Order: sequence, then C-alpha cells, then structure tokens
Amino acid sequence: MSPEGSVNSPAKLATKNLSVFYGSFQAVIDVGIEFPACAITAIIGPSGCGKSTLLRSLNRMNELIEGAKIRGEILLDGKNIYQLNVLELRKRVGMVFQRPNAFPLSVFDNIAYGPRVHGINRRQKLTEIVERSLKAVRLWDELKDRLDQNALGLTDEQRQRLCIARMLAVEPEVLLLDEPCSALDPIATLHIEDLLRQLKEKYTIVIVTHNMQQAARVSDFTGFMLLGKLIEFGTTSQIFTRPQHPETENYISGRFG
Amino acid sequence: MKEKLIEKGLLIVALSALGSLLLIALFIFIEGMPLIVKVGLKDFIASTHWAPTRGSFGILPMILGSLAVTLLALIFGGGLGLAGTMFLAEFAPRWSVRILKPLIELLAGIPSVVYGFMGVVVLVPWIRQTFGGPGFSVLAAGIILGIMILPTVIAISLDALNAVPLSYKEGSLALGATRWQTLYRVQFRAARSGIIASLILAMGRAVGETMAVIMVAGNALLIPTSPLAPVRTLTSNIALEMGYAAGDHQRALFATGVVLFVIIAVLNTIALLTMRERK
Ligand SMILES: Nc1ncnc2c1ncn2[C@@H]1O[C@H](COP(=O)(O)OP(=O)(O)OP(=O)(O)O)[C@@H](O)[C@H]1O
Ligand SMILES: [Mg+2]
Repeated sequence: MSPEGSVNSPAKLATKNLSVFYGSFQAVIDVGIEFPACAITAIIGPSGCGKSTLLRSLNRMNELIEGAKIRGEILLDGKNIYQLNVLELRKRVGMVFQRPNAFPLSVFDNIAYGPRVHGINRRQKLTEIVERSLKAVRLWDELKDRLDQNALGLTDEQRQRLCIARMLAVEPEVLLLDEPCSALDPIATLHIEDLLRQLKEKYTIVIVTHNMQQAARVSDFTGFMLLGKLIEFGTTSQIFTRPQHPETENYISGRFG
Repeated sequence: MKEKLIEKGLLIVALSALGSLLLIALFIFIEGMPLIVKVGLKDFIASTHWAPTRGSFGILPMILGSLAVTLLALIFGGGLGLAGTMFLAEFAPRWSVRILKPLIELLAGIPSVVYGFMGVVVLVPWIRQTFGGPGFSVLAAGIILGIMILPTVIAISLDALNAVPLSYKEGSLALGATRWQTLYRVQFRAARSGIIASLILAMGRAVGETMAVIMVAGNALLIPTSPLAPVRTLTSNIALEMGYAAGDHQRALFATGVVLFVIIAVLNTIALLTMRERK
C-alpha cells in the first residue's frame, strides 16, 4: 500500500466542483477529487450515491443519457476535458463496464476494434496489438489458438479480461472500471485484482466497487461518497483505519461488521 | 379440462392452416408439373418464346423480368429502408420516431392497387418525360415495389437493431468510436440476421406482388434490355392470362406458379441458412 502523503503526487485526472444532474435531480454534488497517476483509486459508497455517475462523467459517457448535464470542471493532465475532442478523450480515458460487454465478434476483432476505429488497418500491426493486449491481461496463452472464435463463447472472466484488453489496445492513459468484478466469482475476482495491480505501473486506474474488501485489497487511494457528495478522500489505509468522518466510519464498519 | 379443449382447438386451427397450405401447394404441383415434364424443364425455364396457344411455353423473359424488378426493388427499398432504419434507431429525435414509425407501418396497409394507381398517374409519366421510353418499365415497377417493401424492411430491421444490447453501443463509444462507426461495425453486425431476414422477406413480397406491377410494368413479353424497357413478371403473367387460358395454356400458368413457389422456397432457405450460420 502507498505511503501516507502521496495524495500530493501529481493528479492525472481531477474534478473541480463537479455537479451532475439528471434533469432536475442532482446525482453528484460539488465533487472535487484528484486521481493520482499510476495508482489505483477506489470509489466506494452505498448504492445510488452517484459512483457510476461520477465515473461516467470522466469520459463523457454520461452524455448518452438524455437530460444529463454537468457543471464544474474535469481536468485531464490539467486540461479541461471539454476542450478535447470527445473521441480523443474516450481513447485516452478507457472504460470497463459492470457486465463484460464483449462484442459478438471474434476474439481478434474485439481487440482490434478500437485500433481499427482509430484508423489502424494494417494486419501486421493489428496482430501485434492483439498479441500485446492479450498478453497484458494474461489471456494470450489461453486464447492464442482461438483468436477466430466468437468472443461470446468465452467464460465470464475471460470476457471481462477481453474487455480490459480491448480497452488497452487503444493505449489509454486512464482506466475507469465500474464494478468490474460484480459478475465474476471470487476466484476470478482475485485474478482481475492481480491484473489491476500490475496495470497500475503504467496506468491511472479508477475503480468503483461495492466490495469493501476489494477496495482495501487493491486500491492505493479511496474516496467515500454518500448521497452525491464526496465525504472523504485519502489513502486507502487511512480511510479504512482512521476515517475522519463519522459517516465513513459507519459505512466501513457496517460493511465489515 | 377447458385448457385442454382450447389447446386441442388451437392445434386443429394450426393444422388446418398448414393443411390448406399443403393442399394448395399440392394442387399447384399436380396441375403444373405434367406440363413441365411434357415440355421439358429446360425448354420451360430457358426458352424465350411464350406463345401458349401455339404450343410454345418459354418463361425465361418472365423469370428475368421478375428478377430484374425484384433486384431494383431491393436496391431502392432495401437501401432507403436501411437508411431509414438507421435514422430512426440512432439519429432521429424520439418524438419524431413516435410519429414516423406508425406512419411507415401504415404504408403496409395501403392496398397495392393504390400504389399501382399512383405509379400510373405520377411515376410513369415522370419516367417517360425524364428518361424517355414508354414510362411503363422495369424502373417504374422497381420503384413502386421498393416503396411497397419499405415497411417490411424498416419494421423488421428496426426491431432487430433495437434488440441489440445497449452495452455493445456503450462499449464501442467508450473506445472512442463515432456513433456511425458504432452503428455499422457493432450494432448492425449484432442485428445482422434480423436485417437479412427483413431483406429476404421483402424480396419475397416483391417477387409475389402482382397488381401494382401489372399496372406500371408495361407487361411486354420481352427480355428487358434496359431499366426503361417494359417487362412482364411471373406473377403478372399468371394474372393477365388466367382469364382466358385453357388446356395446356392453363397448365402452363400453374407451372409458372410452380417456378414461383420454388423461387420463394429457395429464398426462404437462404434466409434460414444465413441466420443459422451466425450461431
Ligand atoms: N439515467 C438516469 N436518470 C435519472 N436518474 C438517474 C439515472 N441514472 C442514475 N440516476 C440516479 O442518480 C443517482 C446516482 O446513480 P448512480 O448510478 O451513479 O449510483 P451508484 O452509486 O453507481 O449506484 P450503484 O452502486 O447501485 O451502482 C441515483 O439516485 C439514481 O437513481
Ligand atoms: Mg453504479
């Protein structure tokens, strides 16, 4: 686990006074949070507190929802994300969803999908990317002879790994994961956590989770949200051992209790 | 007890529907096959000379006519229909979909004679003035049929597209794909079998349509050499001549029915196979 104080390490991604609305309902209220580079930050909190909403505003996926609006700032490397092209933003800030959403295409085409939509078409280059991405999620040995197989035939864990590989294939800088293990069994969950620990060497990772133990196991920093507000943010060891706010303490002890 | 009765009743209805279909098919084959045997299959479908009262029974011009008209209908109706489907599924504001979709479905309920009438009054003169020729043509029939198959194409392919899980779309957009890339690379792929089914059903409808085609196609017994040439389709031929046909002539019309039957059966088989291949 990271030493205290590395909260001050440079923020790859940050929000300032971020509010998100669905119509007139405010799901995220004035959240300021900094996601340090090359570290895993967990967002925890009870159901409906706005975790997914916060996460989905970071790569502007919230815009798919009719009536969703944001106020405040989101900064990627210090630059407002609304000044970036949205396609470029989503390429740099990748996302993995709760349910593995592999496309009904072959394993190869799934991984090559991102590079292709960004204009890479040379077979040799794509083959390289596919191999590298599958190796990064440790699927290569299992799947190298089944690249032509439809990805929907894989196990849940394989599909979720595939989705992570698919995201890595476009060479993102930030990885957003919204309860990536909730459709997986405990063993597969541990495997994915291992994988995340490896990936943080190169990527800035934000993970939303319902699972306290998971947050404690895998993350360096933790933010606790309640009713749309960010109640507390700190290193994971501090949040779990010495929470400053009674709400945080209640939530954590309630969950662990 | 009551359930059982209802079940039995439904079974009987289903079986009688199936039975009458079989009977009709059987009847057409019994009436038509002897002539095909007598003339020889090759001479029947590969000869271009149709003079049934003088013993010539070549339906090649009609087969080619049906194909040409259907192909054109698929190009117009399929292209326009899929474009409409994409628009309705992804780009149209929701309020407009609520108005447009029922309107398109309404198109399916308009009797074909009305389409034919519109064709004669509007389309045929327009083709005559714009491109020359008689106006009654492959082009006219193809366009009218193209409009007539729109509801089939749009209704079925839109359903197929809407049934694609939202998570595919999200996954694609989250990788930085545009909405258009997402639509044709993921959503269309995922809905492929439904979209192909819509096109094949539309094709069946186009091959089988009679009234509107008779009204605008010109019905000349020639192999069409240009889209502006008049044309007679298999169905038109049956409808136009059945009133006065007798003897071998009548049997030749039934034999034409057999050929239509086979074409439709082949189309449906292709549809089934494409859908199965996907799994
Ligand atoms: N599309 C939407 N339209 C309106 N309200 C929404 C929409 N999506 C979410 N909300 C509301 O916004 C609030 C936050 O939702 P969000 O999904 O971000 O919570 P969450 O913390 O991710 O919950 P969970 O742990 O259950 O996933 C909830 O009250 C929810 O009802
Ligand atoms: Mg959520």
